[in-house]
Amino acid sequence: MDQILSNITILTAAPILNVGLLIDGLLIGAIFALAAYGLALVWGVMNVKNLAQGDFIMVGGYVAWNLGRLGINPLFGVPVAFCLMWCIGWVIYRLVVSKVIRRDLFTSLLATFGVAICVQQTLNLIFGPDTQSAQADLPTWQFAGGMISVSAARLIGFVMAGLLAVAVILFMKKSRMGQAIRATAQDSRAARVLGIDTEKVYSFTFCLNAAICGAAGALVAIVWNVQPFYGTTYSIRLFVIVTSAGIGNLPGVIAAGFGMGVFEQFGGFVFGAEYQQALIVLLLLMVLAVRQIQYMTMRQAVQ
Amino acid sequence: MTNATQRTLLAMLPLGIVAPFLFPDYSNQIAVLWLMITFASTWDILGGQMGYNSLGNIFFFGAGMYICAIVQIGLFYDVAMYTSGSRTTHIVFSNAQYFTGLSLGIVAAGIGSAILAIGAGWIVLGLRGPYFAIGTLGLAIAAAEMMASWEFVGAAGGIAMPVFPGAPQTQKLFFYFLLFGLAYVLLIFLRWLYSTNFGLALNAIRDDEDKAEAMGLYTKRTKRTAWAISAFFLGIAGAIFGNMIGFIDPRDIAFPTTTFNLFMVVMVLLGGKGTLWGPVIGAVVFHTIKEVTWTYFLGWQFIALGLLIIVTIVYFQQGIAGWLIEKFPQAFGNKAQREAKKEEPVGKLAPQPEGAE
Amino acid sequence: MSANGNNIIQLHNVTKSYGGVIANRDVSLTVERGSITGLIGPNGSGKTTLFNSIVGYHPIDSGSIKFEDKEISSLHVPDIARLGLLRTFQTTRIYGKMDCLQNMLISVPHRKARFFDMFDREKPEVIEKAEHLLGFVGLYEKRFLLAGSLSFGQQKLLEFAMALMNEPTVLLLDEPTAGINPTLINGLLDRLKRANTQFGITLVIIEHNMRVIMNMASKIYCLAHGEMLASGKPAEIQNDQRVIDAYLGAH
Repeated sequence: MDQILSNITILTAAPILNVGLLIDGLLIGAIFALAAYGLALVWGVMNVKNLAQGDFIMVGGYVAWNLGRLGINPLFGVPVAFCLMWCIGWVIYRLVVSKVIRRDLFTSLLATFGVAICVQQTLNLIFGPDTQSAQADLPTWQFAGGMISVSAARLIGFVMAGLLAVAVILFMKKSRMGQAIRATAQDSRAARVLGIDTEKVYSFTFCLNAAICGAAGALVAIVWNVQPFYGTTYSIRLFVIVTSAGIGNLPGVIAAGFGMGVFEQFGGFVFGAEYQQALIVLLLLMVLAVRQIQYMTMRQAVQ
Repeated sequence: MTNATQRTLLAMLPLGIVAPFLFPDYSNQIAVLWLMITFASTWDILGGQMGYNSLGNIFFFGAGMYICAIVQIGLFYDVAMYTSGSRTTHIVFSNAQYFTGLSLGIVAAGIGSAILAIGAGWIVLGLRGPYFAIGTLGLAIAAAEMMASWEFVGAAGGIAMPVFPGAPQTQKLFFYFLLFGLAYVLLIFLRWLYSTNFGLALNAIRDDEDKAEAMGLYTKRTKRTAWAISAFFLGIAGAIFGNMIGFIDPRDIAFPTTTFNLFMVVMVLLGGKGTLWGPVIGAVVFHTIKEVTWTYFLGWQFIALGLLIIVTIVYFQQGIAGWLIEKFPQAFGNKAQREAKKEEPVGKLAPQPEGAE
Repeated sequence: MSANGNNIIQLHNVTKSYGGVIANRDVSLTVERGSITGLIGPNGSGKTTLFNSIVGYHPIDSGSIKFEDKEISSLHVPDIARLGLLRTFQTTRIYGKMDCLQNMLISVPHRKARFFDMFDREKPEVIEKAEHLLGFVGLYEKRFLLAGSLSFGQQKLLEFAMALMNEPTVLLLDEPTAGINPTLINGLLDRLKRANTQFGITLVIIEHNMRVIMNMASKIYCLAHGEMLASGKPAEIQNDQRVIDAYLGAH
């Protein structure tokens, strides 16, 4: 407790530290926002709540890490992970997700949870339980006399996340498949009647989401670190982001993603790194509780 | 079905009693089987009968474990001192102290967990479907993390439980019968519970909660009570198990979110949701297969678990009991055909002329 | 002017909008105790929304809803149901995996139930009443069938029987004849009338079938575009030019 209080005093005493935490939070939050967008996409289009999202991210991370070990700049891991996860996503869609789409919601949740466990344990078996990060050998810039450090890796990660996000959004707006996806998300029966092959749309959407996670994961490996079992924490994080923003609310999801990044940086500083998972989970419970209070006063059932 | 249920329950009693004597080498595994039956049956109260799939019921198991430990130790010694890593004095409990502590601890565990369920219910029971599932998962993980950083209960290092005063053989039998007794009482209790209006209310909430509310059913009250009942039995199970292992650890023993927590869901899905015997069948099948193959699958066991979840969910949704009920409806008391023929309908129609439909 | 004690439901200037669309605007109506009242209007005129507002499904923007002189516009669905105001759904809702008899048994009124009552077994009088009501709607022989396996028309009858089981004071019926085989409609109407005369239940019915509602109701309200267009006895409504125009001009 004293440690927590003293940490808070440090923050108030040296406001410049807050800026540093804020910047870090935004840089990391960009990656969260990207992955959260993918989650919201799959959720909105197919009503599948993908509990394996975080684990997809970890796979992407390990791809980048492996490239680093082979001597290739892990930044290339982003496109490689993107493509690899696209394929893996396709396999998972065919084997598991396509069969549970039309069932009740808990079924799809538990099915993806099963996938999550398989992925986590496979990663653990292959790569072992140590945390890894991909060294990108990029400089870290110091500002304000060493009080703020901004690593080039994180900045590049931010830029790449942004580029990918812009690419995806443009795709969704302009391309035929993008429009088909949005139509299916609004009303899948109507889409089918109008000749849209919803099976292809679902498959494409899931693959796209997996690929986005892969790319995000590669960035995570460069910017932070990965470990086979970190996936669950990411899944919960992303779930909190999407739940608090609301599925259809894209700008909200992005903003919440940044918010989460910032929240974690400050939380980690004040409470200590060991509390990271606890903080995220508590945030989840708070978000759910708030939602519930909202609905209770609104005289309607929670959806 | 009532007769078959009664007969099975009666047959179970002698079997359960002699098992540890017939198979002394496996007495611990059979004890854990009873624990699994408790896990599955309590999960099914909410999951199968009421339609609320919880991914965090292990919260009450661990809570009961810790409550019992605190009571057992706290009655005679200072808990913080006992659990501190820097303790050098060796602490011994007399026989009387051990058993008093254990009995009171078990009672406290059950009641304490039930109270926690009512509290947690305020936060989480207003949510539906997947939100409820994830919320409960969050609850379990949060509990694990909280306990892992609370010095009072030994933080991540856990608590070394008071040692059982007696030979290892006696200890094995003692805890076997505690777990067997718990599971047996639970099954009898559930058989009664599901035959009351409460059982109907649970099913109504599962089938259409909005309709139940629109008909004036006290859904909130029913949901909280159901969870409290689950929690009560889970808490006691945790108290017993913690003592049986002899050592409590927040992440692996008290709140094992990836093992026991998931097992309960898989067992019920495997055996069949929403029936009295489905969870039992699922527990037996799952536990037996797991015990037999775990050693052979070393390293791969969790992947096998994940695959089992996927396969059960995707291809075998109604579970073993559900499949049996579909194949042999008469054996399961599908009364529709039998009874409707016997009775005369109220307000009988005029007799039909010969040959008419 | 009849004393207010005779008006079991009173709506006064109820307004409800959904994200920009005004579903009900300043709707006022009264329902006389023991009567059968009809609510008609072309599609999209806000009839179901009004029902939803009355039973507590969503909050209203403004106005007052009184049931037995008690303001209920801020109460929740279960509380209003326990006061004796029930509704049936347009998409018939029953408990699919329970059999018909169980559907009836769980539909007993819960307003006087204390905590430990829920652990009782079903009393024989209750079972008898359930069977009697099932007989009333002609489902006695099917009482051990799963409700989900009944045909649509049978499910509607079951839903109706469940509502009767709950001993309501007022029953709001949302298109009770929709989807029912025309040859069976008379049987349903007969039972509705008997529920009103024998059990004394006040009925408020949304209907599109003019023959049905003109025959049954003693007073009819007509909504159009979210507003109250006309009200009066069936004969008056039938000849009201505004009502005719509303239906003909609805498309």
